[in-house]
Amino acid sequence: MAHSYTPGLTVTERMTVRRRRILPLPGSVLVQVGDAVRADTAVARAELPGKVVPLNLANQLGIAPDEINDYLVKKEKDSVQKDDVLAENKPFIKWFKTEIRSPITGKVESVSTITGQILLREPPRVLELRGYIDGTIAEVHPEQGVTVESTCSLVQGIFGIGGETSGELVMGVKAPDQPLLPEQLNPSMKGKVVVGGAFLSAATMARAKELGIVGLVVGGIHDKDLRALLGYDLGVAITGTEQVGFTLILTEGFGTIPMAPKTFALLSAHAGQKASISGATQIRAGVIRPEIIIPHSGPAAVTKVAPAEREGIQLGDPVRIIRDPLFGKIGAVSGLPSELRAIPTESEVRVLEVRFPDGTTTVVPRANIEVIEGA
Amino acid sequence: MTAAQQSPSTSHPAQPLNVIVATDCGSTTTKAILIEKVGNEYRQTYRGEAPTTVEAPFEDVTRGVLNAIAEIEELSGRTILDGDRIITPNQASQGDPKRGVDIYVSTSSAGGGLQMMVTGVVQNMTGESAQRAALGAGAIVIDVLASNDGRLPYEKIERIRTMRPDMILMSGGTDGGAVTHVVEMAEYIAAAEPRPRFGSTYQLPLVYAGNKDAQPQVNTILGKKTALEFADNIRPVLERENLAPARNKIHDLFLEHVMQQAPGYKKLIEMAGAPIMPTPAAVGVIMETIAKREGINLIGVDIGGATTDVFSVFGGLFNRTVSANLGMSYSISNVLAEAGLENIMRWVPFTIDEQTLRNRIKNKMVRPTTIPQSLDELQIEHAISREALRLALIHHKSLATGLKGVQQERTISDVFEQRTSGKTLIDLLKLDLIVGSGGILSHAPRRIQSMLMMVDAYEPLGVTTLSVDSIFMMPHLGVLSTVNEQAATDVFVRDCMVYLGTCIAPIGQGKDGERCADYEVALPDGRIDKGTLAFGDLKLFSLTRDQQATVTLQPSKQVDLGEGPGQSFTRTVKGGVVGLMLDGRGRPLQLPTDQAARVAMLTRWYQAVGLYPKGS
Repeated sequence: MAHSYTPGLTVTERMTVRRRRILPLPGSVLVQVGDAVRADTAVARAELPGKVVPLNLANQLGIAPDEINDYLVKKEKDSVQKDDVLAENKPFIKWFKTEIRSPITGKVESVSTITGQILLREPPRVLELRGYIDGTIAEVHPEQGVTVESTCSLVQGIFGIGGETSGELVMGVKAPDQPLLPEQLNPSMKGKVVVGGAFLSAATMARAKELGIVGLVVGGIHDKDLRALLGYDLGVAITGTEQVGFTLILTEGFGTIPMAPKTFALLSAHAGQKASISGATQIRAGVIRPEIIIPHSGPAAVTKVAPAEREGIQLGDPVRIIRDPLFGKIGAVSGLPSELRAIPTESEVRVLEVRFPDGTTTVVPRANIEVIEGA
Repeated sequence: MTAAQQSPSTSHPAQPLNVIVATDCGSTTTKAILIEKVGNEYRQTYRGEAPTTVEAPFEDVTRGVLNAIAEIEELSGRTILDGDRIITPNQASQGDPKRGVDIYVSTSSAGGGLQMMVTGVVQNMTGESAQRAALGAGAIVIDVLASNDGRLPYEKIERIRTMRPDMILMSGGTDGGAVTHVVEMAEYIAAAEPRPRFGSTYQLPLVYAGNKDAQPQVNTILGKKTALEFADNIRPVLERENLAPARNKIHDLFLEHVMQQAPGYKKLIEMAGAPIMPTPAAVGVIMETIAKREGINLIGVDIGGATTDVFSVFGGLFNRTVSANLGMSYSISNVLAEAGLENIMRWVPFTIDEQTLRNRIKNKMVRPTTIPQSLDELQIEHAISREALRLALIHHKSLATGLKGVQQERTISDVFEQRTSGKTLIDLLKLDLIVGSGGILSHAPRRIQSMLMMVDAYEPLGVTTLSVDSIFMMPHLGVLSTVNEQAATDVFVRDCMVYLGTCIAPIGQGKDGERCADYEVALPDGRIDKGTLAFGDLKLFSLTRDQQATVTLQPSKQVDLGEGPGQSFTRTVKGGVVGLMLDGRGRPLQLPTDQAARVAMLTRWYQAVGLYPKGS
């Protein structure tokens, strides 16, 4: 099975990451290749077209749509202020004059002699795109954005909510199997990213919000607490725009699950350093996983990043079991039998053998493990 | 004819197609099958699968394709790949019959499928026609905008701006009718300046299939802002739909624009010997073919990881709907959200606390490629699938309707019948066949599990045959049928379609244990099995596909089998790998609300048909 491939989450002490920062529509790039940027540096800017307000002038003036040009005071592309007269009729008796005034400040986008409608558009809104991570501009995509490169430590989570933010990394617990309790949070953690262990309760989340903590990284939570936090039942894992007061990243899954020791050790080693985090998750095609990026100091050398290549699961690979009844257990691959095996459901599937740190082994379907990637 | 059938295929190789490799790139898994000509007929010989690789680190769908094909290589001993290239044609003529294949074809629903927004003038007339055209072309319809949809103009514009569809289909107006409303909608679209989901540099494909008199105006308004294409009006006159031209145009634009933007598709298109077809369009081709060939009414379902597609052919009319967020992996949590915990729990034959169940479902959502390892996990997934199937059918019923807003000719015999236009076409009493496809149905460890999942979800009435796609290869055969009809038909008949059996379900309700009907089953070996079917009973008779049994039922007076309440009923039915099932559980199916009673009843049903291993 040289080609068999099981996606995994990366947890690595050192790697070069590139993050494309692309505007949602063409705009201008504010930096150049080689520039050093910080997470909060504006790297590109675009003008989001303003809201459109349609007005049916023909109806309001009581005329045919193809006559509206004769009544217009403002023409296509003209700027208008709120309450400016857009169109008026010219009756013999002045008292019967009808004036149509602009409900907004903006400009006349279009005039239609077929529908008798005029479309007004509000002024554009400026959108500034930030660097997200401390690093160097590796590429400029004209009118679209940039690619920022950074040498860093990287932890990919399995699921998150909330957008991009950054702050100093603080350890809230001493061991990966400890839950993060409300009393372990204190006012000095304001604006910081707090790392918990196996579990985070609704009470801890409420306390974090109260204290102004910007990020929480933890092994698992209960789905019911997530529902309470969001106010609705999350149907599909497409997140990143939630505004719950902080960004939340789960490294393992739902339930009380100790954080992988490797993840916990890596985050502990960087306590006190600045981390950029994003809770954005999209578990569909073009998967996006939440991430914790801890840039290493000094500018990154602008080098070409080799695409990741995996040659499938190998003996000795560290793996995490990702399905009940052994959900969350971590071990190493100790056997890769090629023949199909019957499992308790009576399905015949490809399996592998996992050896746990205590020396015991188990056989699990290959689909139910995840390689913990990264050196 | 569907878009898929009309789509152009690339020039086929002159040599005969003896070895074919086909893949379906699903949202979760890429499935590959090998088809070989054995004697005079084609057979499916080996299959492989691998996770779909549209995500990092690969972000290239062809990697999953190569991985799935590599599995076939290992199992078959045939060399198909030369590095990242598929060896074509087969090297048999060069003396190496185990090297290469003659053609590679593929379907795809990876990349989130084709997400469309459609517009019409009147929501339940041209709006619905446009929706049907898009759904039939294999799209997920993310919104239907219409002049009378109750939204204010600015709300429509905001909606178009925020939804970011892959493509827009505009319809509205009959040919020669008023143009104002369609032009108004074009103005809203232009004002929204819609951007496609993928790729910031290409223009959004837009198909205009409305009043042809409005084409020049639409061109003026949208020609420069979108990749505009015109198709014949989908509702040229009020009484007739003309969906095929718009469907074909959608399919073409999907290949030309949308698919090119998804990770790795350019490479995939180059690898394939025929156009890549959206998976649902390919399955639709197969469903239509079955219904046409057998002259029957059918409902087909393809329950995937992200979506559940339902197809129906009633009275020769084909319909397809997609329930975009009802699925067994990516969308599993949405089934919970939509169905509610109670509805899922009613199918689970044991007790489990809500928190554990919720966490398990969410864990499947975030790790969608995992499979149930223990029996209780399998039973939970089967419970969820019943609800996904049930909800998707409700959705389908609401869209598979006659044309709305059309005045119907009525005769004197219709005077007392309160028939309205736009009534659903789905009549379960007239349903002949249910065809199931998709991982949870195709890969259920016991075939009876697939059968009961569909029976519980659809609650068929009277006599209904059930079948399942043996290993989930209908999409492959759909696309193959556009290249080689014989190969697709041979494999479909021999290897794909597994007849499960026949379900006979009386309509009516009664107390558990009360008489529902007396039955007499004349089995092919001459034996006659007589007895009473009580309410709450499930009875299974062994009867293979090539065997027939004559069933006579004398229902109690409030029970109907399609002949009227209390009327006797005799029918000759065929069997299948499961057999003949008499379902005396009543229609509509009702489960006890008390937990202990429900678990006891489920256990009784499940044991009656040997649903799971003993002792579970």
